[in-house]
Amino acid sequence: MAGVWVFAEAKDGKFRRVILEMLGEARKFADHLGEELWAVLVGSNVAELSSLLGEHGADKVLVMDNPNLAAYTTDVYAGVTLGLINTYQPTAVLFANSNMGRDLAPILAQKLDTGLITDLTGITYGPEILFKRPIYAGKALVELSFAANARPMLLTIRPKVFTPAEPQTGRQAEVITASADLNALTLRQVIKDVIRKASTRVDLTEADIVISGGRGMKNPENFKILEEVADILGAAVGASRAAVDEGWREPQYQVGQTGKVVSPQLYIAVGISGAIQHLAGMNSSKCIVAINKDPEAEIFKVADYGIVGDLFQVIPILKQELQQALASA
Amino acid sequence: MRIVVCMKQTFDTEAKIALTADGLIDSTGVTLVVDPYSEFAVEKGIQFKEKFGGEVVIVCIGDTQAETAIRQCMAMGADRAVIVTDPAMDGSDQSATARVLAKAVISQEPDIILGGFKSVDSGSAQVMLRLAEILNLPHVNVVTNIEIGEGKAIATRELDDGVELVEVSLPAIFTAQQGLAEPRYPSVKGIMQAKKKELKRLTLADLDIDPTSVGPANAKVKIHGLTLPAPRKGGRIIGGEIPEATADLVKALRDEAKVI
Amino acid sequence: MDFLLNEEQEMMRKVVRDFALNEVEPGAAERDETEHFDRSLYAQMAEMGLTGIPWPEAYGGAGSDNLSYAITVEELSRVDASLGVTLSAHVSLGSYPIYGYGSEAQKQKFLRPLAEGTKMGAFGLTEPYAGSDAGGTRTTAVLNGNEWVINGNKIFITNGGEAEIYVVFAATDKSKGHKGISAFIIEKGTPGFSFGKKEKKLGIRSSTTYELVFEDCRIPAENLLGEVGQGFKIAMSTLDGGRVGIAAQALGIAQGAYDKALEYAQQRVQFGKSLAEMQAIQFKLADMATKIEAARLLTYQAAFRKDKGLPYGKFSAMAKLYASDTAMEVTTDAVQIFGGYGYTRDFPVERMMRDAKITQIYEGTNEIQRVVIAGNILKGK
Repeated sequence: MAGVWVFAEAKDGKFRRVILEMLGEARKFADHLGEELWAVLVGSNVAELSSLLGEHGADKVLVMDNPNLAAYTTDVYAGVTLGLINTYQPTAVLFANSNMGRDLAPILAQKLDTGLITDLTGITYGPEILFKRPIYAGKALVELSFAANARPMLLTIRPKVFTPAEPQTGRQAEVITASADLNALTLRQVIKDVIRKASTRVDLTEADIVISGGRGMKNPENFKILEEVADILGAAVGASRAAVDEGWREPQYQVGQTGKVVSPQLYIAVGISGAIQHLAGMNSSKCIVAINKDPEAEIFKVADYGIVGDLFQVIPILKQELQQALASA
Repeated sequence: MRIVVCMKQTFDTEAKIALTADGLIDSTGVTLVVDPYSEFAVEKGIQFKEKFGGEVVIVCIGDTQAETAIRQCMAMGADRAVIVTDPAMDGSDQSATARVLAKAVISQEPDIILGGFKSVDSGSAQVMLRLAEILNLPHVNVVTNIEIGEGKAIATRELDDGVELVEVSLPAIFTAQQGLAEPRYPSVKGIMQAKKKELKRLTLADLDIDPTSVGPANAKVKIHGLTLPAPRKGGRIIGGEIPEATADLVKALRDEAKVI
Repeated sequence: MDFLLNEEQEMMRKVVRDFALNEVEPGAAERDETEHFDRSLYAQMAEMGLTGIPWPEAYGGAGSDNLSYAITVEELSRVDASLGVTLSAHVSLGSYPIYGYGSEAQKQKFLRPLAEGTKMGAFGLTEPYAGSDAGGTRTTAVLNGNEWVINGNKIFITNGGEAEIYVVFAATDKSKGHKGISAFIIEKGTPGFSFGKKEKKLGIRSSTTYELVFEDCRIPAENLLGEVGQGFKIAMSTLDGGRVGIAAQALGIAQGAYDKALEYAQQRVQFGKSLAEMQAIQFKLADMATKIEAARLLTYQAAFRKDKGLPYGKFSAMAKLYASDTAMEVTTDAVQIFGGYGYTRDFPVERMMRDAKITQIYEGTNEIQRVVIAGNILKGK
């Protein structure tokens, strides 16, 4: 048996957008190989999500629904996924480059003694399929292929790069229900507590719009004005390394070579000079706006639009203008 | 407590990346540093030593240049180091790297193994987990805190929308995310002592690894070529008084770029 | 002959540069603007062991060398000359005399906290009527029982007010001129010792410069440093070493301004070309770089000779003279390359140019350096 698999990680009965993006690309991948596209649903109360996967291009949906799979732990998920892979022998398995995918894929790659390409951003289909991924946080790109003996091919997919397939209403996938004896697995990781972020703000790496502040913000309180703009735009708020080093923002919001790499539709850099290490983290954004008082700031060299001026003067006006523009839209 | 920290030397994050005529990464004039994620792990390891006693051992795969990075870890407070240097390692993939690292790490009989969850160069974020699987040790990936208890530890693992506390028994592997520990500046005394600390240089043969089992020929993933992303062209500075410029910006974002 | 730094010295440079870029540079312009001395930076330097680099571990030092110390002052001054002179005055002027001339007890009591950085040092030689001519010292010290009673004023004292330990020179026998001067260790908080005017300066504005006022200030007899009448010798040998620190400070200022100018010249486009593509700018940059390298060799050589126990007074005077003139020239050129922006406080070269000037003046004006150099040459040294 064969097939291209998408590991359809779900949370709270929903898929992150990247899962649909993966289905879009995996459809092409499967068609190129002349194989089926399978979606793999592992979790608790996930079976009902099968139809959505079918509409987005899956030929088969392999469901492993078990109350004991409600929370992700490496050993359980790796154990059951390994079982499925060994049973059905897929050619390739795609994971989201999420915290789950980043944990699960390398463990499986080692268990299966195969190759893993992480953070994939492009596939070129030819006699040999080439996989593109960024290195040096996107300062360079590398094209890779899997050795002939490296099967299945394991991949983790960067969000916001691939295009989701148009959903076809009524398209149905064949559902295969699988089960596993979880008691046979050794559990070495015990989850003691889960603390969800209180913020309802969209994830930095998933956001369509990111607004980030740098040293020019001067203090942590001033980030409030960025948050106000973010609220209007439904944007995530990021920070430069300088702002994080100053302790103004938590490290998980840092955009850069150390920190998160983002590629939103719109990236607004406020009071950020544009150190190389920051540029590496946001360079692939579709549209970049820079607001900085220093006309020579490096950030202007990569920005599509720039305003040279005091951010404390610009941002309140920007907020008003956006409010008006979006209200009239 | 013996803390083993896997350390990688990488380019300074401020380095510009260029390709050589052969299409390889050009390292001319680039400052080499301890990878920032490795550095978080080194700092955490030293903090554990200061709290619980024991020693911090750096394990590194690299060429002789990497010894500078090792000395820096020693200047921070690491006690000794093992470096595996072997020309056969050139072009090895993560699978081979993890296999070699495993032999070097386990020879140190660690209680805790730390490393970066990724590096800022290749950033493939898989070597430490492959290592965990090879050594058959539990791990917690992408952690921002580790609390050590009696024979076990609770680590704070980053989630996409929060964190979770994961308990594992020791020995175990933890991969560092930014925030785990703020690396200290080495002290002058530390710098003075670094050179005197033990640095064990090993080859693959010393680790009982067949050099023909690593390298590009055995890679599960083959490199076809490197490219540089198309440089972004600077766009336009919207001039005029701030209120007008800002209004123009919003108009451009809506009508021209169509991103809002 | 070997012009390469050793592994430790290279690492020192890297570590101090990281510290300077991450911790010192960000607030440098604001501290300059507000004339604010940030003691927390000194505390961080203490934690790293930078406050006692050349002193033996037995006295709380790091047991390193003067070349590493010079590199440290250079790297700090590259981003903030005020912090550079703070360290230079603390180590070369406040601590060295105690290391060089103090008794074992004095070293344990005073040098140790200075080296460990729990306290800061300063040096009180200059007076209103005795600048470069230290022989004209009017401050007096009179032995009264087991106490010295100090009276007089010292001006332009770097680290004044902030420092806890002062090496102060006073006449113990006015009839003997130079040979009637003695050195004393005076602690902040001693009754009769107060701070006068805080100087408002052109540059190095975030280092403190105060007048010291002594009015019947009584200190224990054991706070005499060295022997009675040895003060002038202590002062002169201290200044020989201090000049290495100032040369390093000047070198750092020049390097910092040059780095900013080079970066700017490559970025700034005028008439369709970057400034760096224009020969007029290229020549300027070439001259700046050449002078800096020459200043560096002179400075490191002086530090190296001191480490080797070789005579270095002539060399440190040459280094100080040349490096400070270089700092003034290079910072002036850097401002020129920046054009109108360079003259504003939005860019650091303006501050660097103001900071550079003092290096031609303190620890012996450059005219005095020439006197020292000529004196050495004519004696065949």
